[in-house]
Amino acid sequence: MSQEIDRINKSIFTPFNIIAGTVIIAGLIVTFLRFTKGLGAVTNLDDNNPWGIWIGFDLLCGVALAAGGYVTSAACYIFGLKRYHSAVRPAILTAFLGYALVVLALHYDVGRPWRLPYPIFLSQGTTSLLFEVGLCVFLYLSVLFIEYSPAVLEWLGLKKIRDLIVRLTLVLTIFGVILSTLHQSSLGALFMIAPSKLHPLWYSNYLPVYFFISSIFAGLSMVIFEGSLAHRYFHYKMDEIHLKESKDVALGFGKAASFIMMGYVGIKLIGISIDNNWHYLTTSWGVWYLFELIGFVALPAFIYAIAAREKNLRLVRWAALISVFGVVLNRLNISIVAFNWQLPTAERYFPSWSEITISLFVVTVGIVFYRFIVTRMPIFYEHPDYQHDN
Amino acid sequence: MKGLIDMDRVFYTLQDFMLHSKSVTYILIGGILIGLMLFWIFLAGRDEKKRTF
Repeated sequence: MSQEIDRINKSIFTPFNIIAGTVIIAGLIVTFLRFTKGLGAVTNLDDNNPWGIWIGFDLLCGVALAAGGYVTSAACYIFGLKRYHSAVRPAILTAFLGYALVVLALHYDVGRPWRLPYPIFLSQGTTSLLFEVGLCVFLYLSVLFIEYSPAVLEWLGLKKIRDLIVRLTLVLTIFGVILSTLHQSSLGALFMIAPSKLHPLWYSNYLPVYFFISSIFAGLSMVIFEGSLAHRYFHYKMDEIHLKESKDVALGFGKAASFIMMGYVGIKLIGISIDNNWHYLTTSWGVWYLFELIGFVALPAFIYAIAAREKNLRLVRWAALISVFGVVLNRLNISIVAFNWQLPTAERYFPSWSEITISLFVVTVGIVFYRFIVTRMPIFYEHPDYQHDN
Repeated sequence: MKGLIDMDRVFYTLQDFMLHSKSVTYILIGGILIGLMLFWIFLAGRDEKKRTF
């Protein structure tokens, strides 16, 4: 009896479970504090800095990195690149969890969770860009849920509903691309209202374009990065098709990301040129800007290119990791680092431990749900009853 | 060339500013387009050539 208890205890108290459990418990405590004592008790937000890492990281980075869903399904179903089909379900799952957690994280900032449906159903602020972001995220989360549902329905054995929803794939993909174009760019457009607050190197009339284009290669890179992690930890769940296509997916996405990233560097330079902001590049802010642009966009673009030419999977994965960091750095630079750049140091924002805890909590919840789903549902393999349908 | 990249130049009219910044931008765009084309040749250089004949 004690041996059986020992066996059960061993299987629950894995290192991952211990760390995840600790983060989740800490997150729940901070959640309780936030909703009982208010923002001031848990954040360093103030009138100068109303948006912190909950917006900068959880929302902006979360939405950008969840772009793999629309990019992968567009590649497969709109551009007809069927060799990427095995990457669609993992990408859609990541996107669905990503957007769901973005909405969860949003609750911490806006408070009064029961009022979240108000902007959609009761009081539409149609002159507000943020309303458009909210509407698009709401609609796109619904689209992602429907796109993801066949995996659940196959798991539950509900064939008829599953077959009906699979027929909607192309329509949902098109709708998803339209919505993603709208809200990815609108998140960038949010900062256009504050030209005096955002440093001139990051501020541009083309912010919406920059955010949209960077979301494309963020999504491609995230699919590669997440695929490499999945191969490491869930290799046993993958079927022959998935394993056979995985290298093609990584190399093909890497090649696409490479070209798009080089184009992105080009349009960023055009943005600087149009406003004649070259002189800022010689300042310390300019050094930081070039560090972001060259170190985390141009460099991984080159690494991707070399990896695509040499068919080097390891190099592609490294480039994907650097690109993902680059997108996170870009979003944090725009929302926090280069925002209010002219304020004295004492009035600048730095996140509190509670804010960092909540951000870690949100990410951990996502990983826990991801692990639950991929170990049970047909994400990395085709369900035996539907193998010829997809 | 010095007039093109003089960072201390003062612009007295919007016309002057836009003439300067747009000129530089158009030249930059031309360079970027050529650069991107060359980058694509580099990127796809080792791909298998698809022959339809």
